[in-house]
Parts: sequence; structure tokens; C-alpha cells
Amino acid sequence: MKRREFIQLSATAGAAAMAPLTLTGCKARPLPGEGEVVQTPVLCNVCFWRCAGTVSVENGQPWKIEGNPDDLHSNGRFCTRGDAGLGMYTDPDRLKQPMLRVTENGRQRFKPVSWDEAFDYIAEKMNKIKEEHGQDRLCLFSHGSGGNFFRRTLRAFGSPAYTAPSYAQCRGPREVAFALTYGEGVGSPDRTDMENSRCIVLIGSHLGENLHNGQVQTWIEAVRKGATMITVDPRFSVAAGKSKHWLPIKPGTDIALMLAWMNVLINENLYDADYIARYASGFDELKAHVQPYTPEWAYGQTGIRPDVIRTTAREMAMAAPATLVHPGRHVTWYGDDTQRERAIAILTALLGAWGREGGYYEQENVSIPSFPLPDPPAPATNWRDEVQGDFPVAPSGISQKFIDASIGEDAYFKGWFVYSSNLGHTIPGVTEKLAQASQDLDLLVVVDTMPYGITGYADVILPECTYLERLDPMRNSPEREPSLAVSVPAFEPKYDSKPGWWIAKQIAERLDLGDWFPWDDYSEELDWQLRQVGSSFEEMRRIGVKKFPRQTPKYFAPGENRSFRTSSGKIELYSQMLADFGHDPLPVFTPPPSKPEGEFLHLNYGRAPAHTFGRTINNPQLFELMPENTVWIHPVAASTFQVSNGQYVRLKNQDGVESNAVRVRVTERIRPDSLFMAHGFGHNSADLSLANGRGADDQGLITRILVDPIAGSTGMRGNFVTLIPEEASA
Amino acid sequence: MIRYAMVIDTKLCIGCGDCVVACKTENKVPAGLNRDWVVEATTGTYPDLKTEFRSERCNHCTKPTCLYACPTAATYRWEGTNIVLVDPDKCTGCGACIAACPYDARLIMNEGYVSKCTFCHHRVEQGLDPACVASCPTNCMHFGVLDDPNSTVSRLLATREHKAMHEETGNEPQVYYLT
Repeated sequence: MKRREFIQLSATAGAAAMAPLTLTGCKARPLPGEGEVVQTPVLCNVCFWRCAGTVSVENGQPWKIEGNPDDLHSNGRFCTRGDAGLGMYTDPDRLKQPMLRVTENGRQRFKPVSWDEAFDYIAEKMNKIKEEHGQDRLCLFSHGSGGNFFRRTLRAFGSPAYTAPSYAQCRGPREVAFALTYGEGVGSPDRTDMENSRCIVLIGSHLGENLHNGQVQTWIEAVRKGATMITVDPRFSVAAGKSKHWLPIKPGTDIALMLAWMNVLINENLYDADYIARYASGFDELKAHVQPYTPEWAYGQTGIRPDVIRTTAREMAMAAPATLVHPGRHVTWYGDDTQRERAIAILTALLGAWGREGGYYEQENVSIPSFPLPDPPAPATNWRDEVQGDFPVAPSGISQKFIDASIGEDAYFKGWFVYSSNLGHTIPGVTEKLAQASQDLDLLVVVDTMPYGITGYADVILPECTYLERLDPMRNSPEREPSLAVSVPAFEPKYDSKPGWWIAKQIAERLDLGDWFPWDDYSEELDWQLRQVGSSFEEMRRIGVKKFPRQTPKYFAPGENRSFRTSSGKIELYSQMLADFGHDPLPVFTPPPSKPEGEFLHLNYGRAPAHTFGRTINNPQLFELMPENTVWIHPVAASTFQVSNGQYVRLKNQDGVESNAVRVRVTERIRPDSLFMAHGFGHNSADLSLANGRGADDQGLITRILVDPIAGSTGMRGNFVTLIPEEASA
Repeated sequence: MIRYAMVIDTKLCIGCGDCVVACKTENKVPAGLNRDWVVEATTGTYPDLKTEFRSERCNHCTKPTCLYACPTAATYRWEGTNIVLVDPDKCTGCGACIAACPYDARLIMNEGYVSKCTFCHHRVEQGLDPACVASCPTNCMHFGVLDDPNSTVSRLLATREHKAMHEETGNEPQVYYLT
């Protein structure tokens, strides 16, 4: 028998059934808002942009969520998903009570247990791991600010290892590349000064469909003002539709295009010579490096005509330094992603746009002393060396390496906490590894609001209440203007769910680590923090958002000399650090994997504005807006595969992996050699009653993982798929 | 008649559907029904393409065929304006207005009466924009009085190329699209 069989929660005895509630015969039809309306401030958690807004409850019933006009992340306007946040609260499929894996009559199932039973089990297992393997052998997978509470408990215990898929499956290479070049990363919210840009270059970044609210607002403000938009994308994205130049590039050849842009900027003397001379090092090496990469050479690689490459380079230079070559967010594509992001960083320097209006601005947050906590125990080993020593440049935990380090009898990690991260849908190629790791781990705790696939591997499932029912850490993100924002529960927790801070505190107390949570309610810690800067929890629960004046300039002063946080103190066009670690010190173009024999299309995926990855497909409001994804293909491809618009197909990759059935969308808006699908669909779980079986999952089709040798991130654009028409198409 | 108009900039609309969600939550529209929706219209062939997104709804026509078609006077104009509303208590659900609407903007509620976009007159009364306009993250939607030459909607229509849908019907629709 398997140590851990995968269990779907719907197989659980005693799972509560929800009767639909219908109101009939109600005659009075008052207008919205005529009743008694109660409002509370909230930080949206439907994505991780954390817009600040207000929840309105009318006559005790959830009504709506709106943006706070003082909030720079939303400017008073929530996005599609934020406006539908109540669906996260009302979803009847939510996790409802703690569950423990038990074996009865030779079969494993989840048994509803009390919180005390769940905590006792976890504490016992953690102490056993400590005794047998050491206190540093647990780790945390986390996405979202609530993970901080569990990080605290594990740090206190002596297990500081922490990873977020938002590094190795998303922004990692970008942060590494900018840190190598400028000594600091782009951060989130991204420090892009788009509302002041006169030219914006998007490389595969589909702003608008990728709906990070404040960022989309500043981008569209640039569109409104008539900035020159240059969009490089195999698909005619929404952004491409608002662009002066759409460059439908051959997938995977972006570095070739950027080398040619550098060639034009340098050889036509269009670069910012004063900026480069003042701030940068390695220009001579760069100039020599890009000489072979003419627009004519790039044409052969990218399919973009030389005159278009020249014209766009000149337009970028004309608008400089107010030219933003956007760094993207999900940038783990072809395994040379750090180098592609380095190319963006170098182009930015040539245009003199880092630290300049319309390029990248200097961010600032509110300076608050840390809440006083005990010193953590010194770990016996260094998890970075043990788990990801082969990626010394990586600044953060590499999620797939954490999984690898959990497989086998002598694995480094023996226990996992997984907070709000559905790993199987997030990290490519880990389905089997998750099953293996779950056999070898001594403890696997999942904390989430919904029964996503990862819960099937858990020993213990802890139901967290949604962001609308809990206190979360306050927001103090670096931004244009420093500001603080808080989230206050609008509702009592539904079912037997609990806030993350309470769960983490209870576990700590079971481990005699209660002094890491030295209060009864998390609001006391928030109040302490707020009082350090002249505010209070009482004030913040009234106003939600508080702005503070900037202490530092937003841009470099003209002619100002300054030092960067690189080893040379300069902007490093040529990276000695990369050279020292055996990597190319300047970006080099490597051709992407070539198409297999037969009829195959590039598998490209991306975002849809109605959803946050797989986390919202089951949200009743968002499901209604977009219940399943479609596969975009060009009419030529439709003819090749003999499929028509609206027909269901299965996708099969070059390794024989097949997807769920998914509907075809035949459109001119894509290259004939590529397909596109929105990420996050294709849940196969009866526990998600709406999302189950709807649409196809791109992640399962990604088997050719192109690991970035610098950042350790997982490139996900190495697969090709063929289309298999469904016989009985709806 | 005071003419309220909505002016939507298709150059800025990203088709995100936020207007749909904002309308549904503000007005407590039940699951499965919508008072507004988003249309994507792509023209041209690869790679010379143009995509237009339009947030569509009742056009609050100044010559509303739905109102003329209603046999029970359930469809009426709100307080001397062009805002067309339905009184659920007078509506018999006969569907004549649905047939008469060139925009397919009317829907039948589960209880049997006809409903539609109200331009959020309950918000307009308080000096607020309709929920869709107020929440749009691209700020591409505008609302105001067309008879005031200084209103944002008047100024946008005076300075920008625009169109309305199905003007050939003579209904005089009051939702405009900047193109």
C-alpha cells in the first residue's frame, strides 16, 4: 500500500452537502444600497497585487467590493477579479474543517478532526523530525502574504527554508538579471514608470490580459497620451492591438531581436552616451559583442524585417530616456531567461532609462522597525548549499529543487508546509515527483481555502478562511509614494475555517514557541507597527490606506553621480560575476528547441483577465465570466488539423502527454506556427464542482523543462503540441 | 428631456470584463443573467489586424422602440431623462420589448419580469457614475449629460471620431464608442 494515496475530498465520509438557497415570493425590490450598509477596508487577495478597497455589506448580506481612491495599486478601481472577490468567500466548495489522513480497513481517507487534534498531530510529527533528522528539515512552499505567519513558526522551530513558485516559475530570472546589472531587482509592484513613458516596448508581456491592476492603469495612461507602443509577441495580444508596431516574432528568438536593437542603437550613436559614461561599465565589450548581430542577421532568426528592427530601435531612442523596455513578469520561457532579461536591462541602460522619468523609477516604502521577536536557533546545515548549491546566484528558494530534495529515504527535507500553493498546477513536470515526495515525507501540511489538487497529498489539511474573513499582514510595498494599507475582516470565518495568523500561532504554541506570537490577536502586532509611524490600528481600520511623504527622489538628478549596488558600483553591461560563475558575461542568442517531425505547434500560454492562475476558476462569479479556456489557432493551422472554430480537441505534446478536451478558437490573431491558451484551467477534481474538467491545463503538457543555468528557473516554452479532434464535438 | 450618455473609448478598452462583474455585484444580478457584456471584433488578416473591444448594454435611446412596444407601460423614462427603466410590478413578461430592442439588451428575470441596464440611476441620483464606469480599470468609460457642452461626454464626442450601434434604426442610441 502507498504511504499516501491521493485522496479527493469528495470521497470523504461526512463532507457537508450544501443545499441551494433560493428566495422566492419576495415582493419588495429596494434599490441597491437603500438598506443598512456597513463598510470595511480590505486588501484584495484574489491576485497578489494587493489592491486596497472597501467591502460593502448590505443588511448583513455581502454586496460588493470597490477600490479605495487613495490606493496607488488600484486608484479606486478594482479589476475584474477584485470586483468578484466575494465569490472567494461564497464558494460552496471551500475547505470547511481540519482533516487528517487516516487508514481504515486498509483504505486511506480524510477524517474531519478538531483543530486541537490537527495541531497535536502536527506538533508530534515536527518534534519527531527534529529528533530523528534535525530541526532544520522542514520547509515552506508559499504564495501570498499570509505565508509569512507560517514562515515565522518554521523559523522559530529552526527550519528557515522557504520557497515561492513566484521565483523559479515566474519572475526569478528577471530579478536575477536586473540585480546583476543594476544591483537591485525590479520588485513587485514593478518599478515601471509607464504613465510617463513616451515609448513602451512589450516583449511577450500581455498587459491588459495580465491584469495587475495599477500596472495596467499606468500602461493604458501611456496609450491615452499617445506613447509609441512596440509589442513583440507571436500573438496579436490586446496590447499588440494598441500598438504602433506589432512584431509577430518567431517564438524563442527575442534575444536575437534585442541584440540587433543594441547593434542599431550603438552603431547609429543613438544610445545615451553621457549616461553610459557616467554610470556603466563594460560598454566597449558590449559594443564589440553586438557587431555581428545586425538587423539582417536577426531577420533570419526572428522573421522581423531589418527595416522594422531599425525603425523601432530609432523610435525607442527618440523617446529616450522615457522609453520603458518592459521586463515582463512571468519570464521563465526558454531556459536562457536570465540572459534575455539581461538584454532588457542592457537596452534600458543604453536608453538611459533606469532611474529616469518614463523608464524605471526609484521606489520607496514606509520605514517601520521590525516587530521584536526572539532570535531563531542557528541551523545545523545551510539549506541553500544542501538543496540548490548548483545555483549559487539564485537569491531565493527554487521550488522544484525543494521537491527534488524531498524524494528518497535520505532526502534533506522531511516535512512540508504548503501555504496557498497548488504545486501540481504551478510547477511543470512535478506530478510524479509530488507523488514520490509524498511517499517519503514524514509530514505534509496543506493550508488553503480551497480543495485544490495539492490537498490530495496532505497528511493534514488546515482550512484557512478567505482574505475577507481575516486580518492579513499590512501592505507596505515600495511604490511611487510610500503608503500603508490594512485588511480588516468583513465577515466572521465561515464553517470551521480560521485565519492564517491564528493557525501559525497555535502550532507555535504546541511547540513551546509561543513567544514568537506574543499577543492574543494579530491586531496587537499591527497596532504596535502602526504606532511606530504615528498611526494606529484604530485609525487604519477607519481609513484603510494612509499615504506618507517621500523621503528620497523618485528619479536620478540630472548629471548626478551615484553608486550602484553591484560589485563594481557601476551598471554592469558586462557581468564579471556571470563570467566568474562560468556563464556568458554578455547575452548570447541560443536558438530555441526546433519543431519535432510532423505537424506540431509551439505551445504558448498566458493569462486571461478574468482569472488568477488556477485559483479562481471555481469562483462562481469568475467562472460565469470565463468557465473554460480555448486554444487559439490560426486558420491555416485549423485547416492542417482539420478542425473548426468551437470544436473540441485534445492537445498531445511530443512526449505523448494528452490534455483534457478543450475548445478551439480559430483566429487571425496568432502566428500559424503557434497556439495560445490561458493558463490555470483543466482542473481534474470533483472537489471543485465548477472548475472540474473544464478546459485544458497547459502545465501538464510541459514536459521539456528548460532549466535556466543561472537562476535555476524552469523554462516552460520547450514543448510542441498536435491537435486531436474529438469525435463527438459539442 | 435630459440626455444622459455613455461614451466608451475602444482605443483604451482591454476587454477585461470588469464592467460586467461590477454591474452584476452592484445591481445584484442573479447568476446566468447579464445587463452588460463585452464584444470583441477583430478585422483584417494576419499580420494586419485590428481588434476592437466594446462594452455593450441598453443604449437608453431617446426614441426607444422597447418603450413604444410595451403594452402595459411597464417600460418608462426615469424623471424626464432618457434613462429607460422597467417597473417589475407592471411588467407581464410578454416579451414585446425584447423583440423591439435592436440591441438584445433586455433579459427575463427568474421571477418572470423583464430587466435591463438602468444606467445605475440609483447612483446617478447621488451624483455617482454607473458602477461599470466607476470600476473600469482603464478609465475608458465616461458618463454624463450630453446637453451640457462642457461635460466630459460632450467634449469627447466633439473632439473624437465616434460611432453608435445600429443608428439606422432611428432609435437614437445614447451609448457611443470612440474609435
